[in-house]
Amino acid sequence: MEMLEIRNLYKNFGPLVAVDDVSFTVSRGEVLGFLGPNGAGKSTTMKMITGFLAPTAGTAVICGADIRERPLAAKRQFGYLPEGAPAYPDMTVADFLRFVAHIRGFRGKDAQARIDGIVSLVHLDEVYQQRIETLSKGFRRRVGVAQALIHDPPVVILDEPTDGLDPNQKYEMRSILASMQAEKAIIISTHLLEEVEAVCSRAIIIARGRILADATPSELAARSRFHNAVRLDIDPANENRIRSDLAALPDIAVIETLDEGRGLLIIARDNKPIAGDIADLAEGREWHIGGFTVERGRLDDVFRAITTPHGPEPAAA
Amino acid sequence: MINNTLYICRRELAGYFATPLAYVFIVIFLVLAGVLTFFVGDFFERGQADLQSFFTFHPWLYLVLIPTVSMRLWAEERKSGTIELFLTLPIRQSEAVLGKFLAAWIFVGIALALTFPFWLTVLFLGNPDNGVILASYIGSWLMAGAILAIGAALSAATKNQIIAFVVTAALVFVLTAAGTQTVLGLFQGWAPESLTHAVANASLFGHFTAITRGVLDLRDLFYFVSIMAAFLAATAVLVDLTKAE
Repeated sequence: MEMLEIRNLYKNFGPLVAVDDVSFTVSRGEVLGFLGPNGAGKSTTMKMITGFLAPTAGTAVICGADIRERPLAAKRQFGYLPEGAPAYPDMTVADFLRFVAHIRGFRGKDAQARIDGIVSLVHLDEVYQQRIETLSKGFRRRVGVAQALIHDPPVVILDEPTDGLDPNQKYEMRSILASMQAEKAIIISTHLLEEVEAVCSRAIIIARGRILADATPSELAARSRFHNAVRLDIDPANENRIRSDLAALPDIAVIETLDEGRGLLIIARDNKPIAGDIADLAEGREWHIGGFTVERGRLDDVFRAITTPHGPEPAAA
Repeated sequence: MINNTLYICRRELAGYFATPLAYVFIVIFLVLAGVLTFFVGDFFERGQADLQSFFTFHPWLYLVLIPTVSMRLWAEERKSGTIELFLTLPIRQSEAVLGKFLAAWIFVGIALALTFPFWLTVLFLGNPDNGVILASYIGSWLMAGAILAIGAALSAATKNQIIAFVVTAALVFVLTAAGTQTVLGLFQGWAPESLTHAVANASLFGHFTAITRGVLDLRDLFYFVSIMAAFLAATAVLVDLTKAE
C-alpha cells in the first residue's frame, strides 16, 4: 500500500481551473518535491490532500484512508504545515503543542513526553515558554513543523517549509527532514530549486494546475541544455587557438566565453558526452587549462523550459 | 467527541484571558450594568428588593457587548490563517463549532456571574425572591447564548470583524425590539391578532421578560435553544463555505 495516493484531483474556482487532473503517489522513504511557479496549484493541491478544501473531483488516499470518505481517519495519518506556518499568536509554544498533542489523542505524561521529544528534535527549548507572536519567522516555522510531527505521522505534508528562512535555518530544517526520511513519506512544496536538489529524492513539476514532469532531480537536470556541458578555465590569450581546435569535434553546439575570456563553456549537441574528447584534446594540444568541470545540468533551465507558456505539452509521468 | 470539544473550548477560553480583552470586557460589562441598574433603572426609587432594574437592561447590554466577543470567533481564525491548521486536525466540524461557541458562552457566563454583588445588595436591603432571581440569571444566560450563536454565524460569514459586529448588533436589535410595546403597537392597529402574536413570540425581549418574572416556561427555553441550534448549524455551513477566503 502506498502511503500517499493522489487520484485525479481537480479543482476549479468558477472559470479558473486551479488543479487539473493531478495524480501521483508517494512511498515510504521518499521525499517528493512539489515544484512549480507561484500560482501553479501546489498549495491548492495540498489543501485538498489535507481536507481543507473539497476537491471538485478526485481524491487523496492517505495510508488507505480516503480524505473525502473517512476524513478523520485520514487526518490522523498525516502532519501538515500550511503555507506561512500559522499558529495561535497569543498561546505559548508549550500551550500550543499541548493543545495539538491533546487533539492528537495523547494524554498526561504521554503528551508531555511527546512534546519534550519534538521540542528537542526541532530545537525549540529556548522559546518553549514564549508566546508565539513574539517569535521570529524561523522559530514560528519550527513550531509549525513541531505540531506537524508531534504524533510521528507516516505522512508529512509541508507547504514551503523553508520560505523566508535564512541559510542556517534552511539547513536546520532540511536536516530535520533528512533525519525522518527513511520512515516516512514526505511531500514538500517549494519554488526553490536548490531545495529540490538538496532534499528531494523525486520532483514533480507543476504549472497551471497540471503535472508537467515527474522524475528524480538528476533525471530532470539531465534534460537541461547544459547537461554534459564542459566548463574550462583558460588563459585568454589561448582562446582563439582553443576554439579552432574544438571546431574539429562534431558534437559541440555552442562555445560561450565566460569571465572576459578567462573561461569557456562548451555546450554539447543533444547533451552528448563530450568531456572525454575535450580532455584528450586539451592534453594533446597543450591548452594549459586551469580547471575542468562537467555540468550535470541546471534545474532552473529545465524548470523554465518546462513551465513557461510556450513549453512542451504535459509529459506522461 | 466530547474530549475534543472540551479541548477546543479550553484553548479558546484561555485565549480570552491571555489578553486584556477579557478583563476589559468584564469591567465594562459590570460598570455599564451598574450604571443602568442604579441610575437609569430607578433602582432606589422603586424601593423594591428585586433585580428587575438590573435584568430589564440585559437585552440592551448584550446587544452592544456580546458582538464584541462573537465577532472574533471565526473571523480571527480566517484572518490569521489558523483556520487552515484548525480544520486539518482530526476534529469534526461539530466539535470545532461547538467548542468555540461554548468558550464564548462560558465567558459571558463568567461575566454574568460576577454581577453577584447586585444580588448581595438586594439581599442586604430587603427580602428578595431568590427563585425569581435565579430564574432570571438562567434566562439571561440563555438569551446571551442565543445572541452569541447569531454572532458566531455572522463571524463565520465575514472576514471583517467590524461588519460582523454591526450586522450582529442590528439583527439582535430587530429581534429585541420586535417584542417591545413600541413595535408591537405598530402592528396592533391593523394586523390580525395572530401576526402580532407571532412577532411578539419571535422576540428575544418577549421571552426574556417572561423569564424575569420567575417562570421558566418550556416554551421560552425552547425558543432560546432553537435559536442557538439554528444559528450554530448555520455557523457550521458558513465556516465550510468561507474557510478558504
